[in-house]
Amino acid sequence: MTANAVAQRTDDIVDELATLEGPLLPILHAVQHAFGFVPQEALPRIAEKLNLSRAEVHGVMSFYHDFRTEPAGRHVVKLCRAEACQAQGADALAAHAKARLGVDFHETTASGAVTLEPVFCLGLCACGPAALVDGKVVGRVDAARLDQILSEMGA
Amino acid sequence: MKIYVPRDAAAKALGADAVAAAVLAEAKARGLDVTLVRNGSRGMVWLEPLVEVETDAGRMAFGPVTAADVASLFDAGFGSHPLAQGQTEAIPFMARQTRLTFARCGRIDPLSLAEYEAHGGLKGLRRALGMSSEQIVAEVKDSGLRGRGGAGFPTGIKWDTVARAKADQKYIVCNADEGDSATFADRMLMEGDPFTLIEGMAIAGLGVGATRGYVYIRSEYPDAIEAMEAALDIARAAGVIGANVLGSGRAFDMWVRVGAGAYVCGEETSLLNSLEGKRGVVRAKPPLPALEGFLGKPTVVNNVISLATVPVIFERGAAFYKDFGLGRSRGTIPLQIAGNAKHGGLYETAFGLTLGQIVDDIAGGTASGRPVKAVQVGGPLGAYFPRALFDTPFGYEEFAGKEGLIGHAGLTLFDDTADMLKMARFAMEFCAIESCGKCTPCRIGAVRGVETVDRIAKGDASAIPILTDLCNTMKFGSLCALGGFTPYPVMSALTHFPDDFHAAHLEAAE
Ligand SMILES: Cc1cc2nc3c(=O)[nH]c(=O)nc-3n(C[C@H](O)[C@H](O)[C@H](O)COP(=O)(O)O)c2cc1C
Ligand code: SF4
Ligand code: FES
Ligand code: FES
Repeated sequence: MTANAVAQRTDDIVDELATLEGPLLPILHAVQHAFGFVPQEALPRIAEKLNLSRAEVHGVMSFYHDFRTEPAGRHVVKLCRAEACQAQGADALAAHAKARLGVDFHETTASGAVTLEPVFCLGLCACGPAALVDGKVVGRVDAARLDQILSEMGA
Repeated sequence: MKIYVPRDAAAKALGADAVAAAVLAEAKARGLDVTLVRNGSRGMVWLEPLVEVETDAGRMAFGPVTAADVASLFDAGFGSHPLAQGQTEAIPFMARQTRLTFARCGRIDPLSLAEYEAHGGLKGLRRALGMSSEQIVAEVKDSGLRGRGGAGFPTGIKWDTVARAKADQKYIVCNADEGDSATFADRMLMEGDPFTLIEGMAIAGLGVGATRGYVYIRSEYPDAIEAMEAALDIARAAGVIGANVLGSGRAFDMWVRVGAGAYVCGEETSLLNSLEGKRGVVRAKPPLPALEGFLGKPTVVNNVISLATVPVIFERGAAFYKDFGLGRSRGTIPLQIAGNAKHGGLYETAFGLTLGQIVDDIAGGTASGRPVKAVQVGGPLGAYFPRALFDTPFGYEEFAGKEGLIGHAGLTLFDDTADMLKMARFAMEFCAIESCGKCTPCRIGAVRGVETVDRIAKGDASAIPILTDLCNTMKFGSLCALGGFTPYPVMSALTHFPDDFHAAHLEAAE
């Protein structure tokens, strides 16, 4: 997508949401939803329209784990690393995922198929280890179940 | 025939959508007239997906059901079947609970306002509409309700401060950030009975004179966000919220806002910054959010469960609610049993059970069948309890007296394979990752904490007193409970499970 197209789409998003009380997070979510990440070209558009400095917008975006500055892989697998899932084997599952994919957390496989991310609790703490696979919840994930999920993603 | 398959995220995570699809397909193939209801969860997560069928003898439960089991359930006429659990309400885990806040969760269609009303919904709001602001606040005070988000602050006193503040606009902000590991009560309530939260927030609005509200839901909860949004549309269309609440001429409207993956945004001032579109950095108090909160206006910030408990207090009266409980912990608490538990799930009961009763009788010990080694109570900032402290009764003061906290009432069970040094390290690592960065003891201390635990793991026993000092610095020098309470899991691990710290030392020194 060209820089111009990004700016145009961003303008539309901001125009739609700017009247909210505290519009910046909803705008960043909408921009990420539209592009799959928050492109650099979007920041000055948001800043100008909300009367903020570009540094302020960047500062907000970078504070939150959710916002990406680069596109993710075709699929995103988030594995829960928090205590209740650890009590059910999350550490071994994470090690298995990293070994199979050949990536660490926050990285994308060379093929671009899968981005692996940590998450701290999905509220599925009585059926861990838990995962969020392309936005869908999965519980009691063992190595076999994870292999099946990753195979379906071509990774 | 009416069949229930939960829409709760835990049920979905275990295959409920596929089960629901199989039920519909099977019914069609057999030419049966089946009404499928996607209810909330009953809270018995080890039995999810829990399928229920309505009969003359009440609702009968089957679980855990997979899509492959569905045909055989129909073959058995939903009668005698290996997965049959009997009458849902008679399952001991259900029968022994006192369900006030979660009375409707799992029983009704979460998005049916008619069923909500048929089960007592909106009675509290109707009663509140006939009361003055002072009377509403007094009712909450009299109920003894304390904040369920963790700090246990009396809800009525907070409302009183906001009610007395003079301003052109006030807000009700619901904290649905629920970031603590082992907790899922907020999520279950929002997915299983969202109108209760809406009703509670509307009563809060009437009580303090606020006409606008926000539910700040963490982005890790896509299903709860969807359920709340849908419920708000329905409630608004039916005139439960909006310019004219239940035809009273009073206004209250509310909206969902989505977090962006920051644990610290559960802290109320950080949450307000986030809601305003800022970095989720913690604000110094004073000013209290009750006086200068969202956009500088007087704001009630309450947890989901605090607000969702308000309707039953107004429906049945403050005295009824206050009658349950122990000491200064009044009413009921939805325990969330997680981790390596045989019977994991949500169990609402009056305060006062001992930790041992919860772990051994209700949770049934570990899922692995091995001995329970430790229970972390209150999420990532809560202490690890050894069996020696299992006589501690579940209450705010009682847990504080044992260098712990009940927090949002999540309990994580660990069996004897758990390494408590590793858990102490994780607590520090989590604090380092999630620190908002405002104060040094938290931002730098947590990083040092990880390094110090690593030194102990390598056999350097001289690092143990350094860890203790560091915890003291964090405890007394941090602005909020992220830095301030991380010492609880760390110090409890070190104090109650010293072998895990010294064994590591010995092994490495060999
Ligand atoms: C680091 C941190 C995280 C917190 N996370 C939450 C949370 O996820 N949900 C919540 O209700 N309260 C959380 N709290 C407590 C809130 O600051 C606040 O006490 C609470 O929202 C007030 O509501 P209540 O009185 O109804 O409990 C957190 C506090 C801290 C210090
Ligand atoms: S203790 Fe940590 S999270 Fe809390 S205000 Fe200080 S730096 Fe921020
Ligand atoms: S700890 Fe993993 S889902 Fe809650
Ligand atoms: S509170 Fe600011 S550096 Fe400690």
